[in-house]
Amino acid sequence: MATHFVIEGLKAAIDGKEILKGINLEIKGGEIHAIMGPNGTGKSTLASALMGHPKYEVTEGTAVLDGEDILEMGVDERALAGLFLAMQYPSEIPGVTNSDFLRSALNARLGEGNEISLIKFIRKMESKMKELEMNPEFAHRYLNEGFSGGEKKRNEILQMMLLDPKIVVLDEIDSGLDIDALRIVSQGVNAMRSEDRGFLIITHYQRLLNYITPDYVHVMMQGRIVKSGGPELAQRLENEGYDWVKEELGIVDETVGQA
Amino acid sequence: MSTQLTTPTNRQAAEALARSKGEPNWLVELRGESAELAGTLGWPKPEKVRIERWNLTAVGQYEQPATVGAISELPEVVRELVTEGTENLIVQRNSGIVWNQFANEYASKGVIFTDLETACKEHGELVQKYLFQAVAKDEDKLTALQSAIWNGGVFIYVPKNVEVELPLQAIFYNDNAEATFAPHILIVADNNSRVTYVDCVVSEPGAGSAPFVHPSVVEVFVKPGAHVRFSSIHHMGETGVDMSIRRAVIENDGQMEWIIGDLNDGNTLSDTKSILKGTGSTSDAKVISVGKNAQQNSLTTQAVHFGKSSDSNMVTRAVMKDSASAIINGITKIEKGATKANGVQTEKVLMLSPKARGDANPILLIDEDDVTAGHAASVGQVNPEQVYYLMSRGISKQDAERLIIYGFLAPVVSEIPVEAVRGQLQSLLQRKLEG
Repeated sequence: MATHFVIEGLKAAIDGKEILKGINLEIKGGEIHAIMGPNGTGKSTLASALMGHPKYEVTEGTAVLDGEDILEMGVDERALAGLFLAMQYPSEIPGVTNSDFLRSALNARLGEGNEISLIKFIRKMESKMKELEMNPEFAHRYLNEGFSGGEKKRNEILQMMLLDPKIVVLDEIDSGLDIDALRIVSQGVNAMRSEDRGFLIITHYQRLLNYITPDYVHVMMQGRIVKSGGPELAQRLENEGYDWVKEELGIVDETVGQA
Repeated sequence: MSTQLTTPTNRQAAEALARSKGEPNWLVELRGESAELAGTLGWPKPEKVRIERWNLTAVGQYEQPATVGAISELPEVVRELVTEGTENLIVQRNSGIVWNQFANEYASKGVIFTDLETACKEHGELVQKYLFQAVAKDEDKLTALQSAIWNGGVFIYVPKNVEVELPLQAIFYNDNAEATFAPHILIVADNNSRVTYVDCVVSEPGAGSAPFVHPSVVEVFVKPGAHVRFSSIHHMGETGVDMSIRRAVIENDGQMEWIIGDLNDGNTLSDTKSILKGTGSTSDAKVISVGKNAQQNSLTTQAVHFGKSSDSNMVTRAVMKDSASAIINGITKIEKGATKANGVQTEKVLMLSPKARGDANPILLIDEDDVTAGHAASVGQVNPEQVYYLMSRGISKQDAERLIIYGFLAPVVSEIPVEAVRGQLQSLLQRKLEG
């Protein structure tokens, strides 16, 4: 069955304050969707709410991946169902080596009885690290500890490659990346494009979309998707900014939930 | 005599026992004096832990040990701790030594590795020079008691310029709560010598509910240029009270390394101190502890700097489960005249339950201007952001927490230089964390 992910009427709040005010979005295997929008419009909240961050409370709606509502699942079950979120701020976990972490994650994905042998795992990890031009020593470093912004992002992409998810959400994967890193990360994403996999790319710069061409572009404001289009929409936003969207829709303040 | 009530020993009894064991006169006298002191001195008073509420009087009676003819005759809990193929092993069961083996190649170089009781008889002059010199018998009731009743134990002497490559191992084992269990470990590393000592203190699992006390004292003398590595893992059952005092005196350019695993299930008082007497002397202390149930732990590390350019580093990491508590004290004292000394300490506690308690008290006492010193302390719970991150990769909550806990302890565990000790510590940690 081809991957099919449908978000319907998703509302979410943090500390009792509603941030997402009803998100509707459909992503099929093979498609790349980009969500753009200025800061503070709820883009990252969407990513966190889908993954199940403990601070976000989903108050309404569904997010059905291949027939199952992931919002009913625990965080680990969502991952095992095929959802992957490359985080904007990955946690640092002292004392846990990157390779131990990656192997635990991969084995969890493969399930009990299907664990990968250590040798196979190392081979697989090393080849993916090479693709991402990561120094092999990062396998033995503690997870994200002392990694630069760019190294953390590469490490997120490495995890995506190893875990082979169905739906990939990239939350501001381009922030803090120099041009080289941006190119490598984009190559990693492009290499993962497949008919079985859908992408949701969250960014506020069009820059990333020069490297990864989206099929659909959505603009988010005030906790809703207010405009959708093709790649040409991203181009127009790059050239003209967001003011014309606000004007067209009669929006004065595009942010949501700001104190 | 009221002494009998507060401390289960008295002068006559201590002397009589010593004589019956054929101990030299100086030792008979030391035990007698100490027994008397034990009747008058008070228990040590660690910060925020009232040890006098613990059952401290269950020191039992001396029980004549029955030696074994082969390692295979030792109980399983001991056998699984024996480093495979070792020729350097001392095993104490309850009140005395049941196994004592030492490789000839070291003995022929003048190295002494035997139990302390035997050493008092065979190397009396040498032992007398050091016994209860790093720890004074009259510091408090605990040191006096230990001096009066110690048994079995270990004595190591490494002559000048001799390096003992393989670790010397001791196992202290209790399976009779009625028996006095009070090993004393005395290590003397002469100039430019090198030695690694590893031990374990264990009790028979499920040996019953009778309380027992393990008062122990460790004294290490690191002579100029010598290097001593001392590693000790304690894993006694919940009816045992562990009171272990460790002290090293380090001379010029001497190096001392402590690795302490406080993994008992019962109340624990653990105090590890380095006295950096000599110029350029160094000390490195690593302590880990896991507490469960209602266990109380008082864990202290200390470094006292007298020597110029002396250097100390102390790291303690404790994980507290259930309603266990850990009071962790780190004391770095730099005396006047110890110029260019450097003392660093870190204490961290990870609490796994809302009822667990952790307290880290870093103390720097500095009487000299030209020094560097630093400390870091933290007490906290498992970070929910970290758990979320790991779970977002499909790792279950339980496994995520396990990774984080082992990661927390890793800076100590991964740096243990002796592989066999590291392995033992890992398996005991696992047993305690997941049991």
